[in-house]
Amino acid sequence: MESEVEILVDKPKKLPQEPSALAKAALADRPPINPDAAALKARQAEAQNKYGRGRKIRPQSVKDKKLRSNLKALETKYQDATLKAKDAEILLEHEPGFLEPEHELERTYKIRQDDIQKDLSVETARKIFELKLDERLGPYSCDYTHNGRGLLLSSRKGHVAAIPDWRAGTLGCDLQLNETIRDAKWLHNDQYFAVAQKKYTYIYDRAGVELHCLRQHIEVKALEFLRYHFLLASVGNAGYLKYTDTSTGQMVIEMPTLKQGRPTSLTQNPWNAILHLGHQNGCVTLWSPNSTTPLVKMLAHRGPVRALGVDREGRYMVSTGQDMKMAVWDIRMFKPVHEYFLRQPGQSVAISDTGLTAVGWGTQMSVWKGLFDKAKAVQEKVRSPYMAWGGDGQRVERVRWCPFEDVLGIAHDKGFSSIIVPGAGEPNFDALEANPYETTKQRQESEVKGLLNKLQPEMISLNPDYVGKLDLVSAEERKKEKDLDRKPEDPVLKIKNRGRGKNSSLRKYLRKKGKRNVIDETRMRVEDLRKETNRKTRAVTKKEPELGPALERFKRKAG
Amino acid sequence: MKVKALSRPVSSQQAPGSGVTYQPRNLDPALHPFTRGREYVRALQSTKLERLFAAPFLGQLGKGHVDGVYCMAKDPRSLDHLASGSGDGVVKVWNLTSRDETWNTKAHENIVKDMAWTKEKKLLTCASDKTIKLWDPYNTPSQTAPALTYYGQTAFTGVSVHRSLPNFAASSGIISVFDLSRTSTIPLQTLNWPTSTDTITTVAFNQTETSILASCATNRDIVLYDLRTSSPLSKTTLSLASNAISWNPMEAFNFCVANEDHNLYMFDMRKMNRALNVFKDHVAAAMDVEFSPTGEELVSASYDRTIRIWSRASGHSRDIYHTKRMQRCFSAKWTPDAKYLLSGSDDGNIRLWRANASSREGVKTARERQKLEYDNTLKARYGHMPEIKRISRHRHVPKSVKKAGEIKGEELASIKRKRENERRHSKRGQVARRSEREKMVLQNEQ
Repeated sequence: MESEVEILVDKPKKLPQEPSALAKAALADRPPINPDAAALKARQAEAQNKYGRGRKIRPQSVKDKKLRSNLKALETKYQDATLKAKDAEILLEHEPGFLEPEHELERTYKIRQDDIQKDLSVETARKIFELKLDERLGPYSCDYTHNGRGLLLSSRKGHVAAIPDWRAGTLGCDLQLNETIRDAKWLHNDQYFAVAQKKYTYIYDRAGVELHCLRQHIEVKALEFLRYHFLLASVGNAGYLKYTDTSTGQMVIEMPTLKQGRPTSLTQNPWNAILHLGHQNGCVTLWSPNSTTPLVKMLAHRGPVRALGVDREGRYMVSTGQDMKMAVWDIRMFKPVHEYFLRQPGQSVAISDTGLTAVGWGTQMSVWKGLFDKAKAVQEKVRSPYMAWGGDGQRVERVRWCPFEDVLGIAHDKGFSSIIVPGAGEPNFDALEANPYETTKQRQESEVKGLLNKLQPEMISLNPDYVGKLDLVSAEERKKEKDLDRKPEDPVLKIKNRGRGKNSSLRKYLRKKGKRNVIDETRMRVEDLRKETNRKTRAVTKKEPELGPALERFKRKAG
Repeated sequence: MKVKALSRPVSSQQAPGSGVTYQPRNLDPALHPFTRGREYVRALQSTKLERLFAAPFLGQLGKGHVDGVYCMAKDPRSLDHLASGSGDGVVKVWNLTSRDETWNTKAHENIVKDMAWTKEKKLLTCASDKTIKLWDPYNTPSQTAPALTYYGQTAFTGVSVHRSLPNFAASSGIISVFDLSRTSTIPLQTLNWPTSTDTITTVAFNQTETSILASCATNRDIVLYDLRTSSPLSKTTLSLASNAISWNPMEAFNFCVANEDHNLYMFDMRKMNRALNVFKDHVAAAMDVEFSPTGEELVSASYDRTIRIWSRASGHSRDIYHTKRMQRCFSAKWTPDAKYLLSGSDDGNIRLWRANASSREGVKTARERQKLEYDNTLKARYGHMPEIKRISRHRHVPKSVKKAGEIKGEELASIKRKRENERRHSKRGQVARRSEREKMVLQNEQ
């Protein structure tokens, strides 16, 4: 056990100082601060921070009168909207859960599910359960639907169970496929799921009827579904990252990734739909369907990357590797935040809506709190986990958070365990985005809406907000071309300002255009320039100090 | 240990025995990824839907005229009365709600040039048979004799009624102002620019600054007059003659003229040396123009067999309307509720159009209205995106118009090229560039 030592540092106490006479006078001169106005301003800042849409436009800087007044009106509208959104917060009815020690000797990671269960309401306590499944069918893995209602269990040896409403315990289908299953994923709702089987990937409906066989997705190791784009992405040992549009059935693109290393894990960034691919050599690469080369490469581990997790706002990534490390990365600046040591390589990582990170390693699972905090400028290193589970001999295969619940699903080699982790779930869901209590009609409605608002694969980029931005560079170019009185570009000036060396722009110009047998003003000037540069370089070579016959032999040979 | 976990019983989401489900919202942006992308997709969808539902043509009024319709007038004190005059001298009055003819007469011997409703809901018509006649379509049966006839020396080309006084102005070689309250048919006063002798083609009273008059003449002049001093204010000569004038009902100083050079020009009467805006899109002479009652939009009729709708602030048309059978358009009007358009053309029909091609009248549910408003905001926000712009701007135009547009474009480009060449080969600063808004103004006299 680690001994925890608290270091107390005596802070220099600040003495209350009398303000100087000058400061007093300055304070008296300033107009009195209206507390209401100050409160409003603070509130506006807070609302802007959370609900604002980027930086404000300063209308004062706009010269055009009409545009200025339009922008002013728009800005007030936006500000009003943010304030209203802030005001609507009082309508949020649920508070997040918590687990708090009552005295300093208590540790939250010591608490067991039995202890928690006693303090919970009956309805919540029922969410703690254990499914003991056939051990011979190998390790199980699990997946929740985006609204946290459906649960999909699949075993390595071919057992698939789809549970469209796990709270009610209704079983949709229970299949034995008699084939290896490497991964299984729900598609956009609890009606369909994709299963990566021995050779092909198949799509089943909730009743277990095989609907499609995706013959292009061969020997898939990991699946990922991009909900807003209706894209099913898969990667196999051969290293091909393939995207299929599930609404049309068309293959969007397939990209070879083997150059970066053999793929070992796959996850999506839910904020920008970029896929994170972990490799055998410890690299994590970021992929979008619009580029056949990785957008970013990061060396996260000294060994194969075993699991990856990205938080819902796409700010931080947590990865575990064979090197028994858990690394936290800031994926906006692509900087490592901290590294943590695990006793065994982490098999699976999942990040909850509130930022709790669950890591399954060996037979254990631990939940970390505060690995990253978007409100803090400098991230702290956490000393101990928030909660722990396991150690009873079941090897953890996959951990997944149930959205909008304090529930963590742990799939292991003996079945599936559902545990309660207080404070993990987003307490207030938006029924028009993902509704855990949706009716059939609402599900159908949201499916239609989702298909209508399907985002195109071309819209996937590291910054999801680039859509609708103005193309200022081309506008500038067009404006320049439109200007009939513009000065023609001086080719000689362009040459002058660019570097020297073997491939200087002057040499390039002479190579490309110097051979033309037209002697005009430009040509003359270029010739002059060439002569001048030649003279300069000759002067430089000449300037080298003469060492004299005695020392000359020690001189380094040129070249 | 203090423990609290989320607890949301299913029963709290839907009261037992009720079909109403509770749909809480949470506006936290973290719960709504891809906001901009999804908004853009929605904007694209709604733009496509808008074009899908665009069906501007509603129908025609009755059976139209036998000859072409060259002028129309709507009664400013009634929403549903429209008068139209045709080339054979027949004047008809229509009911806009039933789209039926309610009154007709053979008013003149010759082409009816212009008409206007007076304050007493009587109709003034003028024609090239040198008469102005006063009719009472509200109270008399069809084919009755005129209540009053004014005789002139030459053919009358336009009439316009004063907003508050019982006066009207009629144009021929000069502008004569008549008083309706008197029995005598001799003009109260006559107005003209001292040196001009050409025919004045149209005259229009300003309905806000009520004693201001504007007129266009065949000698390419736009002349402004003031009744109070009974003298002309200014004369502006454009490069080609103008066909119609419309005052902005909301901005008293601004008016728009339909010009022979295919363009519309909006002027500020205080600053006539340059146009406020130039509306370019027609490929033949603009024959008529009218501001919408809101003052925000314009409609123009053109000799290219189309009518176009313009936003006051932009230089290109918002929409173009045409049908296979519509011939040269000579007049276009807004209905007083600004929701419909009327066009009179050479084929003798008066057509009724929607001002917004994809809008539908009729009761809408709150959800429907909300959706439309939301979509409109999104369209405004993402209107600059190339795909959305392309879809919302695309119109099917008749082959002749398209071809004419292409030819016109080439001609203009060649003129421009020529000017640029002239400029390049002359001394620097010798040949100044003139802005599009000033180009057509040849002369400006006070």
